Amino acid sequence: MKSDKMRKLSSYPVEGKFGKYGGRFVPEILMSAIKELEEAYMEAKEDPNFKKELTYYLSEYAGRPTPLYYAENFTRKLGGAKVYLKREDLAHGGAHKINNTLGQALLAKRMGKTRVIAETGAGQHGVATAMACAALGLKAEVYMGAEDMKRQRLNVFRMRLLNAEVHPVESGSKTLKDSINEAMRDWVTNLENTYYLIGSVVGPHPYPMMVRDFQSVIGCELREQFLQKEQRLPDALIACVGGGSNAMGTFYPFEDCPEVRLYGVEAAGQGIESGKHSASLGAGAEGVFHGMLTYVLQDSEGQILNTHSVSAGLDYPGVGPEHSFLKTLQRVEYATATDEEAVNAFCTLSREEGIVPALESAHALAFAMKLTPKMKRDQAIVVTLSGRGDKDVEVVADFLGVKT
Amino acid sequence: MSRISQVFQNLKAQGEGALVGYVTGGDPEPRLTPLIAKALVKGGVDILELGIPFSDPIADGPTIQAASMRALQAGTTPKMVLEMAGEIKNKHDVPVAILTYYNPVFRMGPDKFFSLARSSGVDGVIVADLPVEEAVDYKQTADACGVDTIFLAAPSTSAMRLQRIVESTSGFLYLVSHFGVTGEQAAMEHSTIQLIQRVLPVTRGRVPLAVGFGISKPEHVKAIIGAGADGAIVGSAFVNIVSRRRSNVQQMLNEIEETACRLKEAAKQHNT
Repeated sequence: MKSDKMRKLSSYPVEGKFGKYGGRFVPEILMSAIKELEEAYMEAKEDPNFKKELTYYLSEYAGRPTPLYYAENFTRKLGGAKVYLKREDLAHGGAHKINNTLGQALLAKRMGKTRVIAETGAGQHGVATAMACAALGLKAEVYMGAEDMKRQRLNVFRMRLLNAEVHPVESGSKTLKDSINEAMRDWVTNLENTYYLIGSVVGPHPYPMMVRDFQSVIGCELREQFLQKEQRLPDALIACVGGGSNAMGTFYPFEDCPEVRLYGVEAAGQGIESGKHSASLGAGAEGVFHGMLTYVLQDSEGQILNTHSVSAGLDYPGVGPEHSFLKTLQRVEYATATDEEAVNAFCTLSREEGIVPALESAHALAFAMKLTPKMKRDQAIVVTLSGRGDKDVEVVADFLGVKT
Repeated sequence: MSRISQVFQNLKAQGEGALVGYVTGGDPEPRLTPLIAKALVKGGVDILELGIPFSDPIADGPTIQAASMRALQAGTTPKMVLEMAGEIKNKHDVPVAILTYYNPVFRMGPDKFFSLARSSGVDGVIVADLPVEEAVDYKQTADACGVDTIFLAAPSTSAMRLQRIVESTSGFLYLVSHFGVTGEQAAMEHSTIQLIQRVLPVTRGRVPLAVGFGISKPEHVKAIIGAGADGAIVGSAFVNIVSRRRSNVQQMLNEIEETACRLKEAAKQHNT
């Protein structure tokens, strides 16, 4: 039976809000575009042909379903609950990002937009956007912070190889949040022919809802796969949270299953007390940023702070508004992992299982390493391995002081 | 009637358009803002818009982005800008509107923000990323404090939305001239004139109409007022002078005053 708390969870945000979070805090000039987008999305969602086409691309192009792998060695090493890994690292492009970019690129095409813009931090969403656009014959332009371009040179070349144009962003802190600012500035200038493909469950309504829906393929598959393997639901799910799209995609199909505990893990960077972290839910305050009311890392005057994490994908001062809502409802517990803990988990999984996780996902693994030893051996959890770690090998080598 | 509406009405009676001048509060440093405001008023600015800098100004082009960064680096806070407004109001007979993004207002709390605004004599507030749908409580608070809530309309605004925005706005309606962000433009798009003609029937007799974004030259001002708008909003042109001349304050102030004077002349001469 559903409790009252669970009933409050709504699949469709009222007036674009999850509780009080979310909304449409955008310049007037964008209002018509986001309403047009919402209408187009709701229509597409009900259209069997759209669903069929998306399913086709997800399976034939992106390689879905991704496996649910029982990490036996990792489990033995931790000595507690069984650990399963949802292998989003095996999706095309090496991360869960493709689930969303295929969905939105199909929608862009359906809306008759010819030009797609996107922001990217480490480059994973930029790469996934470039892939989806190349496959569907759309022109992709990606905004990327000049600082991030230096740190992720290979992904810049990769995007260009995939026929995307990459625009360096020189404003502000020259990182992810500034790329979003710049993409929004482009959008207001080129509304007519341009589709803004946001990479996470952030931004004004309908993006948080829409990206969640596209990513919930993770949780839906996982649920079926787990039932098949264990004939029951998992005891807990763990996913990392930057903007929070892989976590929303994992949690969403389980929101109304109170027996499944949900954990979101944010980046504590060099430690919360150091101030150098990206834990918006853990250490931020309510604010209005990038079109949404949500938890934001900001100073006492409401200026947005620069963030830090060893993993570029978590390096964002805001978080999806539905996460803020789930935090308030206490449906999801939000924890943190430091750079050091994440790097340790990165190395442990690589050594034990022969799987190199993305540094983002390593935050979820680091929390699993703390949680599972306290659980019983007949219990089982799933960690969403949101991406593969090839892109992070150099960063980890640097972090450990290893010469490559 | 609010101070801002009054100014528009008086100018209209004289057959003049209003010149609304924007600068970012605290740019390049807080102590210079009252001097810059004085130069603007001396040059002929009828209504002053003072920006509270925000770290992530998504509706602004490079000029005002850079101004916001300079002001923040100089330690400018929302409270300081409200105090600057108070200082300016004490010295000059000019309505002052605050322009900012929503987070600084939200963080302070709209109650505290508007009570500070009122005690500083602020006449109106414009929030670049707060559409009418999200502004219900905000507007109530502002109304209770007797501060105008100036909303924006854009080329993409539908006829139905425009009605709603015109009902919510007070002081004037801020019409965004073209698709894009703030910043100087060499030439004004012809669509701006058509846009003014589309909006005027809705605003006429209800609220003054002022046009901004990319308006930087006397000929732009002349065309806008000539098309029937009640005011022209110029921002980046002034902010660029602040930026260019920040090592020579006297020259900066002279140039701001001269520019304001030329723009104001254009707002007067539209009929000739």
